[in-house]
Amino acid sequence: MLKFPKGVATAVLLATTALASTQAVASEKLGLGREALPEEIAAWDVDVRPNGEGLPVGSGSVEDGEMIFSDNCAVCHGEFAEGVDNWPELAGGEGTLADKDPVKTVGSYWPYLSTAWDYIHRSMPYGSAQTLSDDDVYAIVAYILYSNFLVDDDFVLSNENFLEVEMPNADGFIIDDRAETEYPIWRAEPCMENCKDSVEITMRASVLNVTPEDEEASMQHSSDQAEVVQAAAVVEEPAEPELDAELVAAGEKVFGKCKACHMVGEDAKARSGPVLNGIVGRDIASVDGFRYSKVLSEMDGVWTDEALAAFLENPRGFAKGTKMSFAGLRKPEDVAAVTEFLKSHVD
Amino acid sequence: MSDIFKPSRRAFLRGSAAAAAGITAGAAARAGTPDPLITEVQDWAMSFGEGVDATPYGLPIEFEDDVVRRNVEWLTADTTSSINFTPIHALDGTITPQGCAFERHHSGAIELRKQDYRLMINGLVDTPLVFSYDDLERFPRENHVYFCECAANTGMEWAGAQLNGAQFTHGMIHNMEYTGVSLRTLLTEAGLDAAGDLSDKWVYVEGADASSNGRSIPMEKALDDVLVAFKANGEALRKEHGYPVRLVVPGWEGNLWVKWLRRIEVMDGPVESREETSKYTDTLEDGTSRKWTWVMDAKSVVTSPSPQSPIKHGPGPLVISGLAWSGHGAITRVDVSKDGGMTWETARLAKPGEKMALTRFYLDTEWDGEEMLLQARAMDETGYVQPTKEQLREMRGENSIYHNNCIQTWHVKTNGEAENVEVS
Repeated sequence: MLKFPKGVATAVLLATTALASTQAVASEKLGLGREALPEEIAAWDVDVRPNGEGLPVGSGSVEDGEMIFSDNCAVCHGEFAEGVDNWPELAGGEGTLADKDPVKTVGSYWPYLSTAWDYIHRSMPYGSAQTLSDDDVYAIVAYILYSNFLVDDDFVLSNENFLEVEMPNADGFIIDDRAETEYPIWRAEPCMENCKDSVEITMRASVLNVTPEDEEASMQHSSDQAEVVQAAAVVEEPAEPELDAELVAAGEKVFGKCKACHMVGEDAKARSGPVLNGIVGRDIASVDGFRYSKVLSEMDGVWTDEALAAFLENPRGFAKGTKMSFAGLRKPEDVAAVTEFLKSHVD
Repeated sequence: MSDIFKPSRRAFLRGSAAAAAGITAGAAARAGTPDPLITEVQDWAMSFGEGVDATPYGLPIEFEDDVVRRNVEWLTADTTSSINFTPIHALDGTITPQGCAFERHHSGAIELRKQDYRLMINGLVDTPLVFSYDDLERFPRENHVYFCECAANTGMEWAGAQLNGAQFTHGMIHNMEYTGVSLRTLLTEAGLDAAGDLSDKWVYVEGADASSNGRSIPMEKALDDVLVAFKANGEALRKEHGYPVRLVVPGWEGNLWVKWLRRIEVMDGPVESREETSKYTDTLEDGTSRKWTWVMDAKSVVTSPSPQSPIKHGPGPLVISGLAWSGHGAITRVDVSKDGGMTWETARLAKPGEKMALTRFYLDTEWDGEEMLLQARAMDETGYVQPTKEQLREMRGENSIYHNNCIQTWHVKTNGEAENVEVS
């Protein structure tokens, strides 16, 4: 039997009474919709539960997982699952949950291994969800366990031994107890006068100074930049090829799929992928200081329209081993548009 | 901001403060010279304005273009998995316009056409069903106003006063009038006899985007007031809020309000998905964590004056305004303190509080031009009183991230500027 916080039950009762006149509940079936087919249910109902229900037959080793992780996940999560920039760290943090800034990882925090399998299978790699095979997912989960020192390097995870893995923080959770620990205290008549003897300011937001600058200032800033860009454009104009403005605009939209890893424009900086200003016509893997995959750094040639199209349509087909964890653009018109957009950003 | 009062005007205000206090509100000082905006015929009084159809779907006038959602870049790795904030400091009333209502995505806002939309109900039901968008519009419909608050709203305040503005500290909230079909109706259509005893059953709800955000909800709540919504504030949901269909889970944390809702599964236990284990769980001081903390407790904030909405006039009549809400029901009372919580006055509610919806409060007062430490304190129909930061920290420590419903303090200075501060 489930335990519900007492407050929930109360709210439910109150709500039921008050909403009686506005609720539109069909008392009998209306015969709408159609029966879901088994194939459809199989396609969508892929959630995996703590008891292993929903796990497909399969397996994957730490050894395979290390390679698959490096190709698909390390670009954001780091080669050792330690997390790059603001992207989540997946390993470490053991024993830090009671510290001032706890490090919450699969190893230190997650109570169920099923959660990792389920999430990676459905939602990862970021930007290319649902492209991993079941065995790949087993291997990645095995590697994450290894990164957390929870299994040895010869470990193979499968649907058979899945429930044998012990998660360190499995017992670290309690069900919401606010109804017992907090509500009785905070349901008292509040003080109105002489509630304290004195009041001192103990901390100010301006000390940290982490608030984004105000709109007027930032608008001013960006319009200044716009002028600079315009001025620069005027100077460079003769050298620039004519671009199809509509295609550029369509490409900007397509570029939304790339933005998590790549930047263009004046202030562009390398993220998990290199800056793409001037990419069309440039030597492959030629941005100084960026750590390219082996396959791209060893590739000769220039990013011509054709090469770029081949890469974007099937990144791993074009460069097996690329760190770019992107499934590819399915529509040729999207490739053309994003190429035009990239051409609008010169160095 | 420090030049809100020009020197001459400031001197005038200071000099006349004593006199002003004695003058009844509304008795304006005599202007020195005639106002050209009145004495000279203005352009807009002579010629045409814009004709109809100039803007088939309108945006606010350009003079209001600072009233927009804002992002805090350093909070997240990328905007496709991020949050921005409703400009609550500049809004009034209670309904949030969709165009400036905060967004929270886990894998970006997708574009899903109604024709391509499918909703599946499966699991422990008599007949697993698939509905099209048009099917949904053939079920009996309901209209309700509810707030949607991200569990992380005010989360940056656990460690201390950080972001300077009500938009940033309390803007992960919006309040809309939803039109939709009750989840109970859809579950009834699929039939719950197969589920047997409903008291220990759950529904798992899941979105169609790449994050396929999924959450488990106890059957008791699912059959109570959960709504499968397709309209907000009278029009279609916006892309960023889950067009064409999202879940509305009144009073419960925003993460459960699954957008682009594609599947509802009746189950005999929770999935314990990523969003209900590794995230949206509240770590206490001793390192143990609360889970299933779904309800948003009573909370309020003064939206004006506030850091982004300073006092732009001198001493005299002042409207202190703000918002209050509770996931446990209706707001019954809001108190306001000008001295950091030593004394409190009860504010006026613009309308009686409605269940799980924002309530607007006003304190119509006289400002003496002195510094204030402004606070608001909400009470709901269960008698719950919004706690102070200190009370929350004493109970939970500082690492909870979520569910920070503390009393917020704005330090209003003599020049009318306000700052986010913490007080003893």
